Amino acid sequence: MRLSALSLCLTLWAAIAGAFEVEEHALFGAADGRVLRILSTTDTHILRPLIDSFLDARPGVAVDYLSVSSAEVMRAIVDEGERFDLVLSSAMDLQIKLANDGYTRPHRSAWTPLVPDWGNWRDHVFAFSQETASVVLSRAAFADQDLPRTRQDLIDLLRSDPDRFQGRVGTYDVAVSGLGYLFATQDARTAESYWRLMEVLGGLQVKLYCCSGEMIEAVAEGRIDMAYNVLGSYARARTDLAESILVIEPEEYTNMMMRTAVIMRDAAEPDLAGAFADHLIAAAWSDPPAPDYPFPGPPATDRPEGASLRPISLGPGLLVFLDRLKRQRFLEEWRNAVQQE
Amino acid sequence: MSDRLRSSGSIRRRLTIQLVGSAAVLAALLFLIVQTFTRELAEETHDRILLASATSIMDAVSVRAREVSVDLPYAALSMLSNVSDDRVFYRVMLGAETLTGYDDLPVPRPEPRAIGAMFETLVYKGESVRMATTVRWLSRNGVSTPLTISVAQTRTGQTERLADLTRTALLLGAGFFAVAVLLAVWTAQSSIRPLRELAGMVSRRGPTDLRPVTRPVPAEMAPLVRSLNSFIDRLRLSLSRSEDFIAEAAHRVRTPLATVRTQAENTLHRIERPENRNALREMIRAIDESSRAAGQLLDHAMVSFRADSLERTPFDLTDLVAELVNRLRPVADLKDIELFLEISGPHVMSGDPILVQNAVRNLLDNAIKYAPEESRVIVSLAGDATTHVLCIRDAAGGFHEDEIDGLTERFVRGRNAEGTVGSGLGLTIAREVAEAHGGRLDIANTKDGAGACVCLHFPSA
Amino acid sequence: MRFLLVEDNQSLASAILDRLRLDGHVVDHAANISLAEEFVITTDYDLILLDIMLPDGDGRSFLKMQRDHRSETPVIVLTARSEVSDRVGVLDLGADDYLTKPFDFSELEARCRAVLRRRGGRSSNQKRIGGLTFDPLSGLLEVCGLEVPLRNKELRLLEIFLAAPDQIFSKARLVDRLFSYDEEVSENAIEVYVGRLRKKIAGSGVEIQTVRGLGYRIRLQ
Repeated sequence: MRLSALSLCLTLWAAIAGAFEVEEHALFGAADGRVLRILSTTDTHILRPLIDSFLDARPGVAVDYLSVSSAEVMRAIVDEGERFDLVLSSAMDLQIKLANDGYTRPHRSAWTPLVPDWGNWRDHVFAFSQETASVVLSRAAFADQDLPRTRQDLIDLLRSDPDRFQGRVGTYDVAVSGLGYLFATQDARTAESYWRLMEVLGGLQVKLYCCSGEMIEAVAEGRIDMAYNVLGSYARARTDLAESILVIEPEEYTNMMMRTAVIMRDAAEPDLAGAFADHLIAAAWSDPPAPDYPFPGPPATDRPEGASLRPISLGPGLLVFLDRLKRQRFLEEWRNAVQQE
Repeated sequence: MSDRLRSSGSIRRRLTIQLVGSAAVLAALLFLIVQTFTRELAEETHDRILLASATSIMDAVSVRAREVSVDLPYAALSMLSNVSDDRVFYRVMLGAETLTGYDDLPVPRPEPRAIGAMFETLVYKGESVRMATTVRWLSRNGVSTPLTISVAQTRTGQTERLADLTRTALLLGAGFFAVAVLLAVWTAQSSIRPLRELAGMVSRRGPTDLRPVTRPVPAEMAPLVRSLNSFIDRLRLSLSRSEDFIAEAAHRVRTPLATVRTQAENTLHRIERPENRNALREMIRAIDESSRAAGQLLDHAMVSFRADSLERTPFDLTDLVAELVNRLRPVADLKDIELFLEISGPHVMSGDPILVQNAVRNLLDNAIKYAPEESRVIVSLAGDATTHVLCIRDAAGGFHEDEIDGLTERFVRGRNAEGTVGSGLGLTIAREVAEAHGGRLDIANTKDGAGACVCLHFPSA
Repeated sequence: MRFLLVEDNQSLASAILDRLRLDGHVVDHAANISLAEEFVITTDYDLILLDIMLPDGDGRSFLKMQRDHRSETPVIVLTARSEVSDRVGVLDLGADDYLTKPFDFSELEARCRAVLRRRGGRSSNQKRIGGLTFDPLSGLLEVCGLEVPLRNKELRLLEIFLAAPDQIFSKARLVDRLFSYDEEVSENAIEVYVGRLRKKIAGSGVEIQTVRGLGYRIRLQ
């Protein structure tokens, strides 16, 4: 059985441990057993139940869980060559890049067939959640208001009352957040309403955040009235804030990302990594999903038929926006739109 | 005799093997052709997509104020995921400078002023990749610089596809082969059919059927059938000559003998002197002996001829024996010998009635000749489901035990036959007829030793 | 009896004619089929002796013609051919019996008798002497109205005697007539048969007289 769960704080430790920034670092399980090193962009508390259930079945095994931002994932692995066994990330494009560039190893087991075709890239990248890019609204601010249903509604609303919303809107800083970049680029590809919205936001002095969690809390605490391209799953998970926030999905389309897992080619414990991946897959894709599965809704094995849900395809297309020149261009344009001075 | 034909293999088997062999060759050829063709097609298709990707990137190149910029289209790489889940690499180079992409991707250096696409298979990051490169020449500072865009993709998906194609080609080849084998067997069978039919038809003929073969046959068989018919003609001619000869011989030998005998008898009536009478009686006896011998020799020849090509028809043995007994009754009456006929049940047998009649007549003749006056000769016909047994029992004193076995040899006469006219062929003829029908002749003395019992056994079926 | 002999071989024919006449029969001779046909039209015969191989055709055609005209005259075929091939043909065509040459005259007699007996009951040839009535055709003997069974040799003996009553027959001749050439028979055997016959005709007013040194004859007592 596990001895104790050590929860260490953070930045300081990270500063001592290495160059890449670690947000959270925890060691679960027997301290002297085999250690599974997981690098993840998911907050520890979210995956904690799954980690516990994994370790319950495996005495003598420990999980060394590092939670970082997606950009730091690339830095740790590509730039600094750090060795990890398993990488879990919400930045699908970065995961594909790791797999494409040869950092990962394939994994096949009795559980991998549970993952549908569109959730499995070359048996290297496995999806284990489906989460929407939603809009979080302040209940208080929109109490006496018709809720915007489409992006166009949003644009119209923001344009109609700029004074009201000045400085009270927020979104991802795409330069900093991998997931934010992903959502933004996919949004931009889908419709030109994105750029118009960005311009509007820019005109309203939009606040930029690194992560969904901060955006959600900002809305809940009334610092901003609206946050765009927020992880809907996180927002809904904050049941404690249900009174103060509203989560909506724009009707004309809503992008949906998949959280994915890859096993590193130079993993020290590839079997354990595979076992954990299977554990995730089993939890996510069983019908019904496991009770300790933290993400919302059963990720249906068919593509969801929701009128507006637009899942992001797992494939080499995702490499395009990671192209140096392309990214340069996009960021330039984005800055021009959003950071208007 | 005709079983000893040396067999030089089977036409049908040879045909089948040759056809199957050709089918195998064709199937292999089909497999190779299909495989090569589909492979090339698949590889060409892959190349085209890679080229399409590279071209779409090339189309997104813009030169702005001497700055070459590339706005990578999303479709350029996402279209490659339609091919397969393979790793994708790309590199955009201006001259020797990498603008973007994987800067260690080995891109071919284009020939000066070369246009069009280049395709290459190479190893990158430990895997085999197929790469398409497209070139556009830009003028920079008056120098013609190549802008090369290479798009590469690993070949796992391609390899799988090729394996599938090979499998399909193999199945196709195998299927074709299977069908071809069936066709080969059927073809061989049906080609042989005219031969078989002719063989069957000829072999079904009875032994005395000497009609020519008139049914239509394929051109290749015509010479054979013609020769066969000519053989049949010659045989028929030869046989009818033999039959004619026998008939003619009979007539020519017997008629003068008849004259001599009658005259001798007549003369005997007119002569009183005992020594002359004895001489004449001797003469008559000698004539009887020669005519009987001639008759039996001719009979024997006829019997052998008929027995060799035995033609079986069903006939009633009971009727035949009854008729024979009636026919010989006047002769038996001359010696006051009583002929008895004991028949149990109907006796229909399959055989040559003329041969059987001949055999029985010979035996009955024998019995009447050797039996003493006023004695009995009993003809019995019995038997079970498998055999007919015809026995002639007389009271003629029996045979000597030691000579019974040899009696049916030609020209052998028992010791008790001395003093009587006979040629010794009677029992031989009867034995040969019995054996020709698959039966046998038994000779045994009766239990009381007063006479002998000669039995003919004929199988039923 | 009245015979028709159809035979082309002259020497054989004359020998047969001789013999038949010796026995007291009347015989006509035709050497070919056309002659035979003429004879048959004009005369009624008791029996026809027909040779199969004739110069102007096969004896079978004569048989067929007889049958077509529904002739009642019995025919015995004489053939030199092998019995094996001819048997069926001849009898089917209407011949009553056949003999192969050379044939024994006793057999001919026996067969003629058998054929005639089959064809019709009593003939007009009944012989009567004293209380004796003898029908040579049926071989029936009646002594003073009572039927007396006869053995074969007795019958033939009686027939020989009655054919020429009062004629003396030597033992030698009787041996010739009664026994086949195969058998070695002494003349004393005749005495036995004559004795038997005498017993059978006793009381008929007819006797068989022994003529010492010469033979026997039959006469009214």
